[in-house]
Amino acid sequence: MSTVFDIRDLNVRFSTPDGEVAAVSEVSLALKPGECLGLVGESGSGKSQTFMAAMGLLARNGTASGAVHYGGTNLLTANETDLNKIRGDRVAMIFQDPMTSLTPHMKVGKQLGEVLIHHRKMSAREARAAALDMLKRVHVPEAERRLDMYPHELSGGLRQRVMIAMALLCGPEVLIADEPTTALDVTVQAQILDLLREVRVQHGTAIVLITHDLGVIAGLADRVAVMYAGRIVEVGDVRQIFRSPRHPYTAGLLSCTPSLENRVTATALTTIPGQPPNLQRLPAGCAFHPRCVKVDDRCRAERPALVGDTACFKAEAA
Amino acid sequence: MTSVNLASPHADALTDAGAIEGRSLWQDAWRRLFANKAAVTSLVILAVMAVLCFLGPTLLPWSYDAIDWDHVEGIGPDMESGHYLGTDSVGRDLLARTLFGGRISMTVGLLATSVALLIGVTVGAVAGYLGGTVDQLLMRFVDLMYSVPLTFFVIILMVLFGRNFALMFIAIGFVEWLTMARIVRGQTLSLRNKEFIDAARAGGAGTSSIILRHIVPNVLGVVAVYVTLTIPQVIILESFLSFLGLGVQEPMTSWGMLINEGAAEMETNPRTLLVPALSMTVTLFCLNFLGDGLRDALDPKDR
Repeated sequence: MSTVFDIRDLNVRFSTPDGEVAAVSEVSLALKPGECLGLVGESGSGKSQTFMAAMGLLARNGTASGAVHYGGTNLLTANETDLNKIRGDRVAMIFQDPMTSLTPHMKVGKQLGEVLIHHRKMSAREARAAALDMLKRVHVPEAERRLDMYPHELSGGLRQRVMIAMALLCGPEVLIADEPTTALDVTVQAQILDLLREVRVQHGTAIVLITHDLGVIAGLADRVAVMYAGRIVEVGDVRQIFRSPRHPYTAGLLSCTPSLENRVTATALTTIPGQPPNLQRLPAGCAFHPRCVKVDDRCRAERPALVGDTACFKAEAA
Repeated sequence: MTSVNLASPHADALTDAGAIEGRSLWQDAWRRLFANKAAVTSLVILAVMAVLCFLGPTLLPWSYDAIDWDHVEGIGPDMESGHYLGTDSVGRDLLARTLFGGRISMTVGLLATSVALLIGVTVGAVAGYLGGTVDQLLMRFVDLMYSVPLTFFVIILMVLFGRNFALMFIAIGFVEWLTMARIVRGQTLSLRNKEFIDAARAGGAGTSSIILRHIVPNVLGVVAVYVTLTIPQVIILESFLSFLGLGVQEPMTSWGMLINEGAAEMETNPRTLLVPALSMTVTLFCLNFLGDGLRDALDPKDR
């Protein structure tokens, strides 16, 4: 099957005063047209940095190696001009915090319009009309009036809708949503997820959903990739992974999710023991071994490669 | 699929009750500024002073450089001859000269500040946003400029290009942009890592458009405050240079020169010192109050 967005063997390194940090290691992900791929992991597992690198948005001290292909262009080696033709136009991104992702001094309509004036060379009038149309499509109530408002006058949910509208203006093939619901309260979260689902169906946009919320993934994604300490440890069909996770970390994550069926008693919130490792001092062998329930000597000595769908010796044996 | 509709009847009722008008940071700032009595008073006085200085000299019976040969000794206020505040020691009308001097001082203040603003904001924003080598080069150049003594710099310019009016505000502007560049750079550094800059980059905006559309408008608040504090600084600098004889040339005049002349005869004819000195002090006071008010208005959180 064809792929629209192809990440091959991506490595991201940050040089810090304490030495080099390997934030992302050997990550390969392929996105099919119209598919929704979920990317889960704890904070610092490299899930955001994978796509920040792919979009050329790494912090100054970061370097990326490998390849990220979109429509015949390697985004990692493309120059800024070529990159800017793709970013925002063919591949769009929405960020975690809608409170800070909009330029504070510019009215919403103008901010939306700029994207079209920039990428589509529209006139200001056309751009405004298109912006209004898009705001209506993402269900912003009283869209006309919102065009002349400043970002600080909108609620968080509305701002995230504006961000989504902005991302969709040029009809991108790929939408990268970096924790789009984390900063929002639960009811608004549900609305935004509905909206993303709608976007997928109506526009055929492939969505990458970066989150640490398994519920969000379950509700929206077709496939899911689980990251731990900068590597993908398990990847596969959402239903299959939720039903029978093969990597102990995925299993651990799933068992941490409180469910309505198993009533939570006072002390019963399950956790994975230990902490995510320091990326500068990764344990030998499998990065997850100090916290793993199935650990044995081989796990301590040797790092399992991503074979098939899982990077775990136990899964191979099973 | 469930499509979400937020436009409930309640929302309609709310908007009918009172339409919420979009208010920008600047509109908010104006509102707060106008609530500040000291700032408003200053603004009014400044406006009056500006109108007087720019229109006044043409309405007076005496021009700033005309010598009244009947009163060469320097007289007091005299309505009959049209010297409403008297004359100086060579018989020129004091009011006309003070107003004309004010015109020059204010012009220098505004123009030199504009020069400083243009260079300072450009250098600061570029250095702050691009960082790295560009930042190093620009900021070390600023450091270098800081270490050049102003009077020395001005004297060299005078020697090279001769004395002329334009040269003075170029010279002053060249010195004043340094602080502006540092302030803007600092602000830019803190803006650079904001998410909306990342969002703009992810949206495909180029470097120049990010600097012009996203960085500069967001530092303008701080810059506006600094500008109102720079104008009086420049006026003082101009006075200082004119006082040393490096500024404008006779018969043109400025507040600094008038104060210089007045100081020479303050025992025999104190009006010639007091009138320009008072005008200048009032103007500077008002500019400082205005700057203060603007600062409070733009940043109400940390008053």
